[in-house]
Amino acid sequence: MGRFKKEGKKDVPELNMGSMSDIIFMFLFFFMVITTMRESSLFVVIKVPKATEVQKLEKKALVSSINIGKPNQNYIKKLGPEPRIQLNDQFSEFTDIIEFVEAEKQRRNEVDRTMITWSLKVDEKVKMGIVTDVKQELRKASAFKVNYATSKVITK
Amino acid sequence: MAKKTPGLNTGSMADISFLLLTFFLLTSSINTDQGIQRRLPPPLQENQEVPKINQRNVLRILVNMHDQLLVNGEVLSDVRQLRSITKEFIENPTNDPHRSEKQAKYIDDLGENAMVSKGVVSLQNDRGTSYAMYIAVQNQLTMAFNELRDEYSQQRFGKPYEKISENQKKGVQKIYPISISEAEPSNYGGKK
Repeated sequence: MGRFKKEGKKDVPELNMGSMSDIIFMFLFFFMVITTMRESSLFVVIKVPKATEVQKLEKKALVSSINIGKPNQNYIKKLGPEPRIQLNDQFSEFTDIIEFVEAEKQRRNEVDRTMITWSLKVDEKVKMGIVTDVKQELRKASAFKVNYATSKVITK
Repeated sequence: MAKKTPGLNTGSMADISFLLLTFFLLTSSINTDQGIQRRLPPPLQENQEVPKINQRNVLRILVNMHDQLLVNGEVLSDVRQLRSITKEFIENPTNDPHRSEKQAKYIDDLGENAMVSKGVVSLQNDRGTSYAMYIAVQNQLTMAFNELRDEYSQQRFGKPYEKISENQKKGVQKIYPISISEAEPSNYGGKK
């Protein structure tokens, strides 16, 4: 029969924390891989409309966004509630789009320039007038591949 | 006398990596870009002739500033009906003379002839139409074309459209191209 020896008072052994950091690092890498850096902060409020037939955009690096929506709380006092266009980090007029398209094309390799998808991130309450103007400018700038950003819903 | 090297205290390492983790969680976003993809037509040339299309081959969809729909002259109360209307228009199973014509065309990706509809969906919206409505219409149209492709692929290959090979997909895309023509914008609603 087993006899248990009693060896006086025993300390609780210290936990080995060495592998803890490995686990956290694994978490870190996991998140780094599945997420993307937020490119620029939005100055406009955008709630994209819902749709069922959405496609995912393949290459992140070949997507340039054009944001259209009401200015957010910080700017609404200054600019009023009319929807505005945001390109990169600033409010723009639709006449700036041709320039924006050129700049975005310059950033890419020559091979990829025709492959850029122009993602229109537009708030659902915006009227089509401004969107049409933007689309006309895109056509002039020969940026034909557009994507209307929507969120996916399953129900039809 | 050999001295034992003292063990490094790695407890704080976890804290540091936790900090990094939270930093990345805050500065990144998971949502990937997704949406409805379209190709815009090249801008109109000065003296470009507008191709003549037979009336029966055009499905005219008008959306006004109150988000109301007019399809081939008839008011449509629910946008969800648009899908079946588009499908019937393109497919024209009964060879109705008021719906689109079909033409046999050689599809080289499939190596065979197929009946291709000449139908074009013409979409015109007002400057006052809401973007949500525009997307709803686009979504219905996309759904119609996707279903047509899917049905064809089921019937021809016994597999849904998603499962067939890239080459077959190209062929099916040629049989059912997304033929949506967005009219040059007009300003019926008056004020810009």
